[in-house]
Amino acid sequence: MNENNNPNPHPCQRPAPTPEEITRRRFLERLSLVLGGVGALILTMPVLGFILAPFFARKHEMWRSVGKVESFKIGETAAVQYEDATPLPWAGVTARSAAWLRRESADTFIAFSINCTHLGCPVRWLAEANLFMCPCHGGVYYKDGAVAAGPPPLPLPRYPVRVKNGDVQIETSSIPITQ
Amino acid sequence: MFKRILNRLSNWVDDRTGAIKAIGEMAGHLVPPDAKWWYVFGSATLCAFMIQVISGIALAFSYIPSASEAYSTLRFISDEAPFGHFLRGLHYYGASAMVLMVGLHMAQVFLFGSYKFPRELNWATGVLLLGFTLVMGFTGQLLRWDQNAVWSIVVGAEQAGRVPFIGKWLAHFTLGGDTIGGATLNRFFVIHVFIMPAFIFVFVGLHLWLVLRHGISEPPIAGKPVDPKTYRQEYKELIEKKGRPFWPDAAWRDTVFCVGMIVAIAALALFFGAPQLGKPPNPSIIAATPRPDWYLLWYFAVLALLPHGSEQYFMVFGPLLAGILLIALPFISNRGERSPNRRPWAIAAVLMIVLMIAALWVKGVRAPWSPNFHPEPLTASVVGATSGPVFIGAQLFQSKGCLNCHLIGDDGGRRGPDLTDVASRLPKSQIILRISNGGMNMPAYAGNITPAEMDAIVAFLQTRKIQHP
Repeated sequence: MNENNNPNPHPCQRPAPTPEEITRRRFLERLSLVLGGVGALILTMPVLGFILAPFFARKHEMWRSVGKVESFKIGETAAVQYEDATPLPWAGVTARSAAWLRRESADTFIAFSINCTHLGCPVRWLAEANLFMCPCHGGVYYKDGAVAAGPPPLPLPRYPVRVKNGDVQIETSSIPITQ
Repeated sequence: MFKRILNRLSNWVDDRTGAIKAIGEMAGHLVPPDAKWWYVFGSATLCAFMIQVISGIALAFSYIPSASEAYSTLRFISDEAPFGHFLRGLHYYGASAMVLMVGLHMAQVFLFGSYKFPRELNWATGVLLLGFTLVMGFTGQLLRWDQNAVWSIVVGAEQAGRVPFIGKWLAHFTLGGDTIGGATLNRFFVIHVFIMPAFIFVFVGLHLWLVLRHGISEPPIAGKPVDPKTYRQEYKELIEKKGRPFWPDAAWRDTVFCVGMIVAIAALALFFGAPQLGKPPNPSIIAATPRPDWYLLWYFAVLALLPHGSEQYFMVFGPLLAGILLIALPFISNRGERSPNRRPWAIAAVLMIVLMIAALWVKGVRAPWSPNFHPEPLTASVVGATSGPVFIGAQLFQSKGCLNCHLIGDDGGRRGPDLTDVASRLPKSQIILRISNGGMNMPAYAGNITPAEMDAIVAFLQTRKIQHP
């Protein structure tokens, strides 16, 4: 049962390779490496494409109605919710987005991102204080989105907003990333 | 008879695979005789990792990595599945133990100077494993896929966005698109469950291979420096003369410690359980207060406490610099004294890092920089009036958001100065000035309140004096 006879007990004691053998080995080495590279390329290109392609896809932003014009009072700021532009079928509630909508006058609205420009946390509107306040590191913004206090480096970003057929509409947008 | 059959069987398996002999040689490799309880943290880290693999695989039987389903499967695991709550707890405290043990292992190796010649790459692979462990911790917290997870990803994307040139792209990659959505969870699931574990397996293998190749370092002796010219010879002589087989002479301590750790983790999972699930992962629910799990809470504190403007650079270069410095350590100093008795700065460095993280952690738990959105209303006895300007001022103090950041007695926020006895410190003119103009961390209220409101708030604040009984 135990067969411990090594068939080649002295692998080192062989005649030195001939020049032909050496060039042949070199060739085979290179052949294997190049072929291996080709195989790896065949496999990695589609994988990389699959993972990265969505980043080069053209964006389709959409206008989303967030309510009737008259449901917003002049001088007030309210949270509105809408659905992202082209959510994946399994996105569920994660396809939802929100914005702070301020009615400036009869026909002008401002839509603020809810994301603090410091680290993206959702700022809250304190109606009586007329301030946006961030729960993470205490960034504060005035009602027009200008930085009032704390670490935010930039004012609250604004989203495109319009009035159409009596509806207030916000254009879906990326989460603003401070750079 | 039975024993003989078993013996023959094992001989056959060994002959055909060579595995039994190889494992026996690894288990029996000689270790320095004095490597005792200080040496258990590395194997304890591995032990914690095995707990993570086992509990993680179990959880994956019920977890669905889908943006719309993950939250409900977590609800199911926590509330309905037999042992589900316990398994989640095991995975959570296992992760905590792994982070803790990596830290202890690293501190011990550093203090004992074990990273020096010829074990530079043991250290370097270990630093990479520390990085992988932290990535596992962060991504694992996200797979909980509640509101906290969603906002942690946004915060992560914002940090990635600060990287020069490729920031926007990195942030996009982190989110899996322009916004949180269907693609977001899956990338973290893949990183947490496939990519990082693969890296950890490979690097643990490499790390252990290096341990076998160079041997476990002997406890340092003061006055016996490492000299790369003679170290290997000295170590060989020590091991040949006094070495003990790892199994069981040293391994029993690892076993005792590891089993003790398992018992502790199981007890924590049983009695305290996993962290509560937050609200559903709906990015349009604005009332969210994202917080990282405890092992990253100190870093959350760093980002809050940095001077304004500097965090832009720190977020990118801080972690990068820390990583480079750690990996570079054995290449900067790979010889000389190993004993902590002769390396006071090594002890100081470990103490400083531990104190720093502990202090930041305590700050992170209390997060005094976060406004308090739901302060207890000021009581009549605190206000000291039920009508008149002082009373109105107190109402305005709450409605205008002052109380969110300032303490009055025990109520309020800690973002700004405590105003319990502000009138003992500041004259009226100064109080008005500060309310009007604001400051670095305070909004200027001049445009936000009427003169009458200002008068009332000032009247209220002027009653805030040190009480002399």
